[in-house]
Amino acid sequence: MAARSLSAHHYPTKVITYGLLILWAFICLFPIYWTFSTSFKTAVNVTQGHLLPWIDFAPDWKGWRSLGLSPDTIFETSTVREEFLKRFENSVIASISASALAVLIGSCAAYGLSRFTYKFGPMQNKDISFFFLSQLILPPVVLAMPFLVLYKELALLDTRIGLILLYTLMVLPIVIWIMRDQFDTIPLELEQAALVDGCSVWGAFLRIVLPIALPGMVAAFILSVILCWNEYFFAALLTSTNAKTLPVMVASQTGSQGISWWSMAALSAAAIAPLIVIGVLLERYIVKGLTAGSVK
Amino acid sequence: MAETADTPTAPMPSRAALSALSQAEAVTAGVAPERVEDGKRIITLATVGFAVVVLIQLAFDLGIISWGFENWRPIAYAYVLWGIALGFGLVRMRGAAGHRSLFVLPAVLFTVAMVIFPTFFGLYIAFTDWNLSAFEGRRFSGLKNLYDLFNDAYYWNALGNMVFYVAAVLVQYALAFGLALLLNADIRARKFFRVAFLLPFMLSPVAVSWMIGKSLMEYRFGPVSRLMREFGWDNPAFFTSPWIAKFSIALMDAWVWIPFIMIMLLAGLQALPKELSEAAKVDGANKWQSFWQITFPIMLPVSVTAVVLRIIFQLKLADIVINVTSGGPGGATDTVSSFIFREYRDRSNVGYGTMLAEFYLVIIIIFVTLLLNFVSRWMRKIN
Repeated sequence: MAARSLSAHHYPTKVITYGLLILWAFICLFPIYWTFSTSFKTAVNVTQGHLLPWIDFAPDWKGWRSLGLSPDTIFETSTVREEFLKRFENSVIASISASALAVLIGSCAAYGLSRFTYKFGPMQNKDISFFFLSQLILPPVVLAMPFLVLYKELALLDTRIGLILLYTLMVLPIVIWIMRDQFDTIPLELEQAALVDGCSVWGAFLRIVLPIALPGMVAAFILSVILCWNEYFFAALLTSTNAKTLPVMVASQTGSQGISWWSMAALSAAAIAPLIVIGVLLERYIVKGLTAGSVK
Repeated sequence: MAETADTPTAPMPSRAALSALSQAEAVTAGVAPERVEDGKRIITLATVGFAVVVLIQLAFDLGIISWGFENWRPIAYAYVLWGIALGFGLVRMRGAAGHRSLFVLPAVLFTVAMVIFPTFFGLYIAFTDWNLSAFEGRRFSGLKNLYDLFNDAYYWNALGNMVFYVAAVLVQYALAFGLALLLNADIRARKFFRVAFLLPFMLSPVAVSWMIGKSLMEYRFGPVSRLMREFGWDNPAFFTSPWIAKFSIALMDAWVWIPFIMIMLLAGLQALPKELSEAAKVDGANKWQSFWQITFPIMLPVSVTAVVLRIIFQLKLADIVINVTSGGPGGATDTVSSFIFREYRDRSNVGYGTMLAEFYLVIIIIFVTLLLNFVSRWMRKIN
């Protein structure tokens, strides 16, 4: 009786559950599939709405050729490819450096706030934490113009360093949030033992705590890299020929390409491919970073 | 900043113990009076040096003296040096307590330099009439920008749109909760679904703008438009009539951000003790009842965190609007950020744009403060 009710009762819910799961997975994945497949289409395939390679349409390297990244053009000189690689390089350097810097100073600050009691004038730990977290509220538009002017004076306009500093600022509150949560879960006894053994505060931090907190740091780093990689607003306003990043290049092509979807698709695909690789391989860390502090 | 003092009044006993321990160490290390003098001297010297460099450059910039640096970059280096000297001085002065303050010092100095100073500098710009494409350059214009702001129908329209976009967060939350429940159910291939559901969050909004806004929803050849024609909507123009355009933008925004809420809620669900739902089942509650009476109330704190964070992020919404509709048709999809972005980039109207941004910041601060107050009071009433 129990078994019968189980199968009779659970069968429809199972179907609905999997149906919804598959539907949503389709909604999530189809745009990505569409972008990658369109980069192999020709004009006819696009206008007639062909969807399945080899069945509907014959894959063609057209989109990738326009980027200079197809097999037959990869060894030839191509100005588009050079442009693309330069933007790609800018994006890689800006996002990795900014994330590393943010994790460096953010971890230290988070550790201090998690372990010691500070008093900077009227500011105590709670206020200092709030001071850092409140930066999340600040919309980029508020900083954009002052930075345009300041960077001009500092000769940092259209440089990678300028971009790195801004991106560090952007992800710093998130890093502090994640790392404070991480340090709060590490028992104090370990450091106390180290301090008794004659370690300095910094020695205990570097030798005992950091190795344990490494997963949290990796999570904070990866989340920061993703956010910096995708950043568009500051990059669009503060960079031009030298330090322009990939999102700005994608955006600038959107208007001009008209219906040559294959090249836009190839460009978009190349811009999101690194993130998809990161997402598939390091999903665990991203989830860890996103959920830090939310569940207590 | 220089008043770094360690007060062992931490609420947690273990934390106080550690603090006391390191303080004992500080006492044994013994900060000799000459070290305190030393530290003070270092900090004073560095501060004076920094001030002199700034004054020299300021005088040069204003044309009072004829020599100085080519640009202000050396001032940035001087600030870094001053920060390092401050750190040295603190360690010298306070021993172990100084060491402890070194943990937060870099982040504090960095944030102050990058946020506080530019925001106040922005306030100054906001009261000037400054158009980059105009010949005259910057001049003080008093409250004129503020008057213009109050008469700018497009700006208020953009603010009104923000209400719509913020309200859309609640719909995203409902959908995300459903998805989190699905993922938390007893299913196979959970890892695959979780990765698939997370991917949209990771893609750059600019790429999403093209992938979905400009190609999938393209009027003639986009697959979504084709599908809509199949369903009998003859004229599937997603971005030409105001409300449909608004919903289309909200749709794309939801596609990107639902995973964010979903992951937070899923973590909350996974932390729930299994016995709870078992107990509810024994009591004869059906799924619907047990969700509303047990799961949902327990999940409330996580939900509130997720929704509040999401609203804060939503207030910055810009990339998708800039790249898909540029605020059109007729400002129907404009967000405040995208409107100001165009003010900067297309009209080079720096002074006015900054006034709009600073005004928006004030509104945001008031709104978020009220929101947080309301939420904390509400949570206390419920518990």
